[in-house]
Amino acid sequence: MVEVMRQEVLALEGRRRLYTGLSLALLLAVVLSGYSEASALNSGGFLQGLSKFFDYPAQIVMQAWDQGWAFWALFPKFLPALIETLNIAAVATLIGAVFAMILSLLSSRNLEVPPAVIPVVRRIMDIMRAFPELIIALFLIFVLGASPVPAAIAVAFHTSGALGKLFSEVNENIDVKPLEGLKAVGGNWLQRVRFGVIPQVLPNYSSYFLLRFEINVRASAILGFVGAGGIGTELSRAIGWGAGSETAALFLMLFLSIVAIDQLSSYLRRHFVGADNFS
Amino acid sequence: MAVISDQGAAVMAEPVRISVKKASAVPMLLLAGVVLYLFYAWTAFDITALLARAQLSKGALLISDAVAYKTHVTKNFRRGDFEVAIEGERHATFKTLPDWVTGDANKFTVDLGEGYVVRVEDKSLAFEVPDYGIIRSKLVDGKIVTQVPDGPVPEWLKIRDVKFEARPTFSRRVQFTRAKLEIHKFQYGWENFWFPFTSELHGKSFGELVSLATSDDRLNPDQANWQYILSSFWGNPEWQHGHVAVALFETILMAVLGTVTAAFCGLPLAFVAASNFNPNSTVRFVVRRVFDFVRGIDMLIWSLIFIRAFGLGPLTGSLAIAFTDTGSLGKLFSEALENIDRKQVEGVGATGANRWQRYRFGVIPQILPVFTSQFLYYVESNTRSATVIGALGAGGIGLVLVETMRTSRDWENTFYIISLIIVMVFMMDGASSWLRRKLIAGGESR
Repeated sequence: MVEVMRQEVLALEGRRRLYTGLSLALLLAVVLSGYSEASALNSGGFLQGLSKFFDYPAQIVMQAWDQGWAFWALFPKFLPALIETLNIAAVATLIGAVFAMILSLLSSRNLEVPPAVIPVVRRIMDIMRAFPELIIALFLIFVLGASPVPAAIAVAFHTSGALGKLFSEVNENIDVKPLEGLKAVGGNWLQRVRFGVIPQVLPNYSSYFLLRFEINVRASAILGFVGAGGIGTELSRAIGWGAGSETAALFLMLFLSIVAIDQLSSYLRRHFVGADNFS
Repeated sequence: MAVISDQGAAVMAEPVRISVKKASAVPMLLLAGVVLYLFYAWTAFDITALLARAQLSKGALLISDAVAYKTHVTKNFRRGDFEVAIEGERHATFKTLPDWVTGDANKFTVDLGEGYVVRVEDKSLAFEVPDYGIIRSKLVDGKIVTQVPDGPVPEWLKIRDVKFEARPTFSRRVQFTRAKLEIHKFQYGWENFWFPFTSELHGKSFGELVSLATSDDRLNPDQANWQYILSSFWGNPEWQHGHVAVALFETILMAVLGTVTAAFCGLPLAFVAASNFNPNSTVRFVVRRVFDFVRGIDMLIWSLIFIRAFGLGPLTGSLAIAFTDTGSLGKLFSEALENIDRKQVEGVGATGANRWQRYRFGVIPQILPVFTSQFLYYVESNTRSATVIGALGAGGIGLVLVETMRTSRDWENTFYIISLIIVMVFMMDGASSWLRRKLIAGGESR
């Protein structure tokens, strides 16, 4: 009996391994054919490209080097553009977080929201999350003209959906006892949320908020490329004119600010939110 | 405290009131800071001026243009010719006039429906507008002279010496300049969506197409009918279905290929960066900084560098995504590895497993849920990223979108591509959450 079971288990195990091996092989084949397909569709080939890979970075670094001290003078010149990008990201994250909070409170099962509202709000958040920022930004640039506002609106729209989903997950994991207590002393829905929910969720909210801010800085920089202003616009201009040293300076500024925000946000999350809430 | 009712406040013990006040002070300060910051942003972005400049009517027009097409009736005074064409495109010219246009180049009548009629004779026109009267306009000595019925001139009428324009309703427009006279009739729908205007398949119903496809009577001697129908659709010059489909495929290819590569480069590096697998702190530090570096450079910069090296196309996009996300996924995986349960690894070790077997059977099963769900999340979000970096010049549907926006005067193409992108993103989202549910049993509920 035991022997039969052993055989069965071994056979199952063997089959499982076979399947795992087969799917890995299949994945590998898909990746390889994908790359060859991608390489074929590309206007430049992979191998010629590989040899040229360092040419462009080397070229802009050389141009920056030739500038000598004048290179460092480019940093203050582009500082306003960088601040504009950071402003876009910050405004978008703030506004997005406010909408996300409202949406998330309306889509959590444990907060006594009318049950019919929950799926509707969740679908709304899914749609907001799925909408690529680029499309909204391009449309608004057409209507409002090239300025940072279209980018901020576009990023805020996406942020509301993305943060809303994460926030509602946080809401659903809270302890409901404080809520019951507040209800027992006659607190209305808003008071229950203010004193029962918000204190519990604020650490996690802040953590997600900071993570999102970092993502949004990157998104705002990219949207600048299609005319939304900020460092992206400067970068697109510098590259278009073939201004190597300016490009190098902008690359460096963008890199440094992203790294700085990344480090700052993980520091803040660790110290103010606490390691337990680190996710 | 406005939120606590007066009655509640009255019975509240003194210490409680103080602690509520203290607890509220910090959030209030934060809130004030945020409000102040938003005021600053309002001035920094110059929103007041922006609102003054904003052309909301442009947006409304654009949306309605996205679901409508217009037919131009053009009389060119220099060449003396007269033609009716969809969107004024040369390749979409009517060979026989539609029934709402009658006459010849010298004298013709355009019936715009509901009593709106334009009569053109030589270089003069008479536009009959119900409830208003007849507007007469004439080109005399290089000037456009217009006579309108008595009373105030309505807003939809623009009369100048060099140009006359009337658009009494959204779907009817008359333009008259020294060089030409144009009458636009707007109709809802996407014209020529299936087949090019000049194709004999144009305007056929679905039933007719099916019977054509199965018939042996070849329209084109070189191809079977069904092949001919497909290739006419695929090669439609205005809507470029084939081109757009390839672009969509490229974008998805970029996202999937980039994420797969990132995951498979990130995983081994994550082992090197995890403190419980690699005791060498120097190497750990270096790998972590590499993660930070490739992540910090950002997809934007990577794609700009790769575009220089590899040219336009999905390879560029894939590599940009792969580089950035090797950093992000590597960091996430190494955090997951540091949080694993040691016991399972020790258990596998106790049975005499070597180092690789311990990893394979003690570690991988523990991080597989994180690995899979993060991988799928990244595929999903990279579909959007691939669209965006495509617009920077990496190719794919993003580039097609930007190009149609820049070149086309008509928004239906743009609208079509936007809808396709949204459908694509939705499908990738759906597929990824479906897979997440299937693969991680008992994991996340959504």
